[in-house]
Amino acid sequence: MAVENDSANNDTTSISVQLAWSPKGWPSNDALLDVSAAISGRGVTAIYGSSGSGKTTLLRCIAGLERAQEGYVSVKGELWQDSNCFRPVHKRPIGYVFQEASLFSHLTAEQNLNYAIRRSDKPVSDDYFLRVISTLEIESILPQYPHQLSGGERQRIAIARALLIQPSLLLMDEPLASLDESRKDDILPYLEKLSADFELPILYVSHSLKEVSRLADYVLVLEGGRIIDEGTVKDVFSKMGTALVPESEQGVILEGELVERDEKWNLVRFQSSGGSLWIGDQGHRLGAQVRIRILARDVSLSLVDNVDSSILNRLPVTVSAISLPDNASQATIQLKFGEDHLLAQITTRSLEHLALIPVKALWAQIKSVAVVR
Amino acid sequence: MFNALEFEAIWLTLRLAATVTLLLLLISTPIAWWLARTNSVFKAPVAALVALPLVLPPTVLGFYLLLAMGPEGPVGRLTESLGIGLLPFSFWGLVIGSMFYSLPFVVQPIQNAMEAIGDRPLEVAATLRASAWDRFFTVVLPLSKPGFVTAAVLGFAHTVGEFGLVLMIGGNIAGETRVVSVAIYDHVEAMEYAQAHGLSAVMVLFSFVVLLALYVFQRNRNSAGLTYGR
Repeated sequence: MAVENDSANNDTTSISVQLAWSPKGWPSNDALLDVSAAISGRGVTAIYGSSGSGKTTLLRCIAGLERAQEGYVSVKGELWQDSNCFRPVHKRPIGYVFQEASLFSHLTAEQNLNYAIRRSDKPVSDDYFLRVISTLEIESILPQYPHQLSGGERQRIAIARALLIQPSLLLMDEPLASLDESRKDDILPYLEKLSADFELPILYVSHSLKEVSRLADYVLVLEGGRIIDEGTVKDVFSKMGTALVPESEQGVILEGELVERDEKWNLVRFQSSGGSLWIGDQGHRLGAQVRIRILARDVSLSLVDNVDSSILNRLPVTVSAISLPDNASQATIQLKFGEDHLLAQITTRSLEHLALIPVKALWAQIKSVAVVR
Repeated sequence: MFNALEFEAIWLTLRLAATVTLLLLLISTPIAWWLARTNSVFKAPVAALVALPLVLPPTVLGFYLLLAMGPEGPVGRLTESLGIGLLPFSFWGLVIGSMFYSLPFVVQPIQNAMEAIGDRPLEVAATLRASAWDRFFTVVLPLSKPGFVTAAVLGFAHTVGEFGLVLMIGGNIAGETRVVSVAIYDHVEAMEYAQAHGLSAVMVLFSFVVLLALYVFQRNRNSAGLTYGR
């Protein structure tokens, strides 16, 4: 593995990782996990992949909990690992949130927090402490022991504890995986606030498209221990024919701003670089940056603008690509929508009927839009 | 009910058991921690050595200790050259013998409790800036507390109950090495069955109360690594 120390070492804003890791006694020269990545030093970067893809191992290698046989890790200009040095876990300025509740069972929630405060990288000010407590809304459960708390409460304490160490990088390993669906929805809003509120870069390991599309800015896609794709959440998950999401969930993510409110019909107008759409009002303030998801199966095509249709969002688009699997009844059409793209799933019969070819102009009718965040 | 000599034997027994338990807790903690964490090839041999007193007749253990601590033995030469004198037939000789004898009863519960902690709490502590020593004192020791309680109770009770080893290296010196079990043997030898009954009843009662307390404690904690002796 080539290690380019010099260029990366001088970079004081980003995280540079080159790691080759195999379990003890691994028979092959080919490392089980072999990753090279430059990760942004701000915002949330998701490490996305199925179970067994190596995403947790990658996070553990960055934390120093696992020792990559060959590795180079440099975070904001500080060298954590190379061929000559390996900084032990307790000397890395990280916060780590484990998958399952990992509170010390012999300490109350408050004592768990104090454990971090006493060892924090810099003194914890009262102001910072109160901000952590109020962000995660844990004041009332501080006197309890971990076994008296629900899974969601335990995980909120664990997140608060990781924040109170005042890390320069927060590592989260599927922090919601051990919770049931409704609990996940309880905690997601807290996670959403973290990176911005605490000006903290976060590495977030997850196999959930829902969590990643809601929380992350940038995503590394891992499969079989290799990075197979990376980019903004919008780009990675909007690709035509991506294997990252099931066939029925194919679609695009668009980012934009809410610019107008229609009080009468409870609608807001979403404006992206591609154009604008009316979506159901979910109480976001005007000017809010939102991310929406449009599934390919919710987009139908028409050669003319059906003004008499019940479909509210009809957009002028041009065909930019057609994916036609062999012997399939469904084709996926990629449509250029201003600067953005949409995907539409139509039958092959309609494809022939509409005589679709690239750059043909037509109307996309969008039946449903989900606000991701 | 008891005469002065018998009280002396009871007091000596308690003093011996307390001393042995205290010293054993200190020595066993690092041994148990090493056994709980190591992948070394020496783990199995060391574990077997620690467990040896469980299966050996106390007389065998006592015999070798007697040789080692005697005037011709290596330990005996050392203690004499240090001006301590010879250890057999003295209180401290008994303490050392009893420490060997009760070692597995103290090491194993602590080791079980430490193994039950697993890696995770230590990893968590490391990500919270705790060094190896810090982790040991703030995470390992508190989380293995139930193991220490079990170890202390078993170590104490087992030392109170020893006989063969005391006879081999302690003999029968009033106030120095004549513990309760030896005193009972003396009474029986002298056909003083009433006195033997008295001391024996105290031993039965003591042992029962100690074990009862231990099992009630274990039941209330109901955590892993504590079911020693069941």
